[in-house]
Amino acid sequence: MNAETPSPAACPACVALPDSGKHAPRLDLSDMPMRRVELALPTVHCAACISAVERSLANRPDVTGARVNLTLKRVSITVADMPDIEDSLIAELGRLGYPARPLDGAVLAKAESDKAGRDMLARLGVAGFAMMNVMLLSISVWAGAEGYTRVMMHWVSAAIALPAIAFSAFPFFKSGWGALRHARLNMDVPISLAILLSAGVSLFETMEGGDHAYFDAALALTFFLLIGRFLDYKTRATARSAASELAALEVQKARRIGENGEETVPLDALREGDILAVAAGERLPVDGAVIWGDSELDPSMLTGETLPQAVGQGAVVRAGMLNISGPLRIRAEGLGEETLLKQITRLVETAESSRNRYTSLAEKAAAIYAPAVHLLSLAAFIGWGVATGDWRLAVNIAAAVLIITCPCALGLAVPAVLAAASGRLFAQGVLLKDGISLEKLAEIDTVVFDKTGTLTTGKPALTNADQISDENRTIAAAMAQHSAHPLSKAIALAFSSDLEISDILEHPGFGTSGKLGDTPVRLGRAGWCGAEAGEQTAVWLKVGDTAPVGFFFADQLRPEAAETVRALQAAGLAVQLLSGDVPGTVENMAREAGIEQWRAHATPAEKVDALMALNEAGHKVLMVGDGLNDAAALAAAHVSMSPASAVDASRSSADMIIINNDLRQIVKSHRVAVASKRRIIENFSIAAIYNLISVPLALAGFATPLMAALAMSTSSITVSLNSMRIGRMK
Amino acid sequence: MNILAVLIPVSLILGGIGLFAFFWSIKNNQFEDPKGNAERILSDRFDDSPDGD
Repeated sequence: MNAETPSPAACPACVALPDSGKHAPRLDLSDMPMRRVELALPTVHCAACISAVERSLANRPDVTGARVNLTLKRVSITVADMPDIEDSLIAELGRLGYPARPLDGAVLAKAESDKAGRDMLARLGVAGFAMMNVMLLSISVWAGAEGYTRVMMHWVSAAIALPAIAFSAFPFFKSGWGALRHARLNMDVPISLAILLSAGVSLFETMEGGDHAYFDAALALTFFLLIGRFLDYKTRATARSAASELAALEVQKARRIGENGEETVPLDALREGDILAVAAGERLPVDGAVIWGDSELDPSMLTGETLPQAVGQGAVVRAGMLNISGPLRIRAEGLGEETLLKQITRLVETAESSRNRYTSLAEKAAAIYAPAVHLLSLAAFIGWGVATGDWRLAVNIAAAVLIITCPCALGLAVPAVLAAASGRLFAQGVLLKDGISLEKLAEIDTVVFDKTGTLTTGKPALTNADQISDENRTIAAAMAQHSAHPLSKAIALAFSSDLEISDILEHPGFGTSGKLGDTPVRLGRAGWCGAEAGEQTAVWLKVGDTAPVGFFFADQLRPEAAETVRALQAAGLAVQLLSGDVPGTVENMAREAGIEQWRAHATPAEKVDALMALNEAGHKVLMVGDGLNDAAALAAAHVSMSPASAVDASRSSADMIIINNDLRQIVKSHRVAVASKRRIIENFSIAAIYNLISVPLALAGFATPLMAALAMSTSSITVSLNSMRIGRMK
Repeated sequence: MNILAVLIPVSLILGGIGLFAFFWSIKNNQFEDPKGNAERILSDRFDDSPDGD
């Protein structure tokens, strides 16, 4: 063998031994660039699922590794970097029975932030370890160790506590210093001061051979507060990862007709004048003009109107409309600032910036607590110093006051409740973007609903079934079975038929034609069947030369809508309906749902104005909406919710997302929110009661390290247990 | 009381080993998927290696 001829395989054994045929022939992946692909797998739930997914992926020749994460319900795959590899992996998982979705760049950013979670866990671990050790050493002191033994115990405690505090409490120092530098006080200032002062005083007492050292208290404080911080972080991280998965539901792509035929391109790559293909059932990706094809467009996501618009060559169309019946080609226009989408985005931004900054309960508590504690401690220091002239004693007492006022219960009061409540809401199908929205939800007095897609299903249903003869029913159903048009589907759902219709032909944008025996039959648009187009959504059936028969459709209330409205009203909330649709339809729906106050023909800007007006009148409004036209109103409301079926813009501006699209979740979430707020206030009261008992003792100079340890642990544990009751609520 | 001079270092070393193991497990992503780990232990597949067969 010539040395210059490359060997087909690096390993000579592979050349000598023929492939046994047991495995699929593996590609030589050593030179291939590899890539990590993350896919969401919402249906994995057990050990068997994990095995099935990992095994089948590992058997692919182009995959070198696959690992399922059951907690996050996703799989991470290391795969050869080839175009469209995601689609092939998704198809493979689909065949196994696990529908998969691609996750975008947001997930990679999440992997980055997970480092923050791990960092926090490490600090928590160190604080816990050091606390337990120092507590054990302290037991001998509490039990009465004296002289050299006590001094030695204090020194060993110091050796453990000081490095542990420096490492574990660093986040508090950093945040407290940041606040002080901007001449503000936050919760972390008294926390840092209490930790630093107690550690400093303890070190001094240890060197002087004094009675009391508070190393255990300083560490316990750090440990309990880190638990609160960790819960808070976990709550937000879970919400963020679920939100990024929802964002990936709507992949922003368009099919462009280029010189080399059709290609799928991301929206950013589109230029003005590009020709795009839009199949029936797809949403229009951009604003533009129709250059070929006839169809009907459903504008409900954009304007709230449910009546489809017929479009033909030359018609101006808007991004976000749903193409119902026939394929279209459109020329992209006005991609810059002028698209409706951009205008809505601007409205959302204005609404968000004019929203008042909300002061959370924790911030309110900190605003009272931080100065009060500092003044008390300072008063104790000056009082004892002046009265006794013993400044060492004065510092000791001031430190004891700071420790015993115990911000750890306060630090746990809010995060523990929010973690329990958001975990509970997530399990029942509601996603919270942050904990503050739960507090806001507890305050609402008015609920404003959007109509189309929120209070209604957004799908047409036949309304005049009883006026149609049996004969026409069977004919229409037989025709409708052959079409994917949403109105045809609604007819096929309403009636069944085994009639034979021959020569069935679809006329995109017009309807379906066929023959019943020798009689020509048409099912389709009014004009095509020789009828007058009316105000309502309709298809017409024309059999031979007889007069056309109309099938009328209307959007329907969600089955749980009226029940939800009643429950909200029973909870003392005012309910309103705000829609972009025509007055007749809105009035009907409002009456059916039991809503007295309604408004029709509202443009996106008018919806925002309506909410602003309610805000100014002193109402706290929960807005529930799903359309593009609701996005700005959602951002303007005190707090907002979107069903998961909503468009991207709405989901991203809503504070909460109803994952299972069930309106009753609004009532349940409201109940959980009210209960959470009550728990938070109870927790603050528990912490306050502990302080009322222990602070006078500390001020009087009776506080001992043992008392501090007991007060701190019992109050933290009571607060945590009280918070967990949220999870058990009915 | 001289026994303390031995016992305290011993307890600190033992605790230190535990702390080191905790750090090692965080670094090895062992807290990334608690639910998955709870299920994986039920399957024979992972008996010999955490990555499966």
